[in-house]
Amino acid sequence: MRKIYLPLSKETIEDLRIGDEVLLTGTIYTARDQAHKRFFELLKKNKKLPVDLKAQTIYYCGPTAARPGNAIGSCGPTTSSRMDAFTPALLKTGLKGMIGKGSRSKEVISAIKKYKAVYFLAVGGAGAYLSKKVKRARVAVFKDLGPEAVYELSVKDFPVIVGIDSTGRSIY
Amino acid sequence: MRTINVKEIKKAVSDLCIKANTDLRPDVFSAIKKAAGLETDKRAKKIWGVLIENAAIAKRDRLAICQDTGIACVYLEIGRDVKLTGASLERAVNDGVKLGYRRGYFRASIVDPLTRKNTGNNAPAVIKTKIVNGDKVRLTVIPKGFGCENKNQIKMFKPTAGLKDVKKFIIDAVRQAGPDACPPYVVGVGIGGTFEKAAELSKEALLKTVSGVRCKVLSPECRLEKELLKEINKLKIGPAGIGGKTTALAVNICSHPTHIAGLPVAVSIGCHAMRSATAVI
Repeated sequence: MRKIYLPLSKETIEDLRIGDEVLLTGTIYTARDQAHKRFFELLKKNKKLPVDLKAQTIYYCGPTAARPGNAIGSCGPTTSSRMDAFTPALLKTGLKGMIGKGSRSKEVISAIKKYKAVYFLAVGGAGAYLSKKVKRARVAVFKDLGPEAVYELSVKDFPVIVGIDSTGRSIY
Repeated sequence: MRTINVKEIKKAVSDLCIKANTDLRPDVFSAIKKAAGLETDKRAKKIWGVLIENAAIAKRDRLAICQDTGIACVYLEIGRDVKLTGASLERAVNDGVKLGYRRGYFRASIVDPLTRKNTGNNAPAVIKTKIVNGDKVRLTVIPKGFGCENKNQIKMFKPTAGLKDVKKFIIDAVRQAGPDACPPYVVGVGIGGTFEKAAELSKEALLKTVSGVRCKVLSPECRLEKELLKEINKLKIGPAGIGGKTTALAVNICSHPTHIAGLPVAVSIGCHAMRSATAVI
């Protein structure tokens, strides 16, 4: 299986095609509903985001707490479509990768094509398995959101499948 | 009269929260293994392998099967010859949920619906009680994830609607859940009663076994379950939603007589990690 080191380069993104199974290594940021809403409101007010998402990859995930000795608890993907309304604005600021599960809206697909980004699928409901691919985790911002905070995760060989590629093709 | 202190209920609820979230139901696990064996698509087979490994890791390392450890739905069947002592039953159940989710390192996913403020301890639970015969208390905990809960549907049909219409509604609900809610699904259907009765029945249907011999006599419900399962698997949504032979592990139906003027039908979608655990005190 192909290994990819994050952040994603322009060449890597353009090379990826739907259905490609890849292993991601590097830093990703978790963000789900409330974090997206906050990012979106900040952008609407022309304010700077508290994390620089340029060239970064967001993982739609709210993990369980880590057991002592573990980096993280169970950490599978959540339903991506709930983030659809906020996604084009984030892609405009330079976000390049997203990891989640399920389909995306037409608007998101065209924004992925326009800004040359990529949407990966992680296997939903496999949070225990995926937790073994996370080596370190720390809260980056929005600590008050608890499990919905933005975590910075250091992942190694995190398995994903390309769901929507930079040409705007979708696996579904 | 048998006396049970609600402290016992609290402990049982706590243990069941942990069991349900870390130890995949044996019938669900065997249905997954069976579906994996039937799969011919290479990629789908691989995803089945991940799900089987995930269940094994969760059990071994006492990790949550899924990070969405759900809203705790607690069903209690209380024998009429039981006298409960101690604090209030509701409090005992909620304390059990708090304790279980803390001990299990599970996610606190419960918020105020208006302010969205997290309660921080996954309480309160959704509690349902039923008085039954006997001197025992039977407890079931369903940690219900919302990826699939969001895909549930209910419809009040006209009484002249045919089974064909009902079937179409159920199949469409699964189609609309599509790849989003962790397929292959366990499809729970409630037919009849009232608006809320149909919804409750559809949840209870998720508790029925999903593997082995599910109905001994070929009742109308059983026939409908079989027909629906066949049709739903033709959708080819498959594991992770990217194609495969199995779109539903099972379709389970619970029904109740209804009014001459209507036909309520509810569909509850359970993900492939359909979780629940039961104990009897």
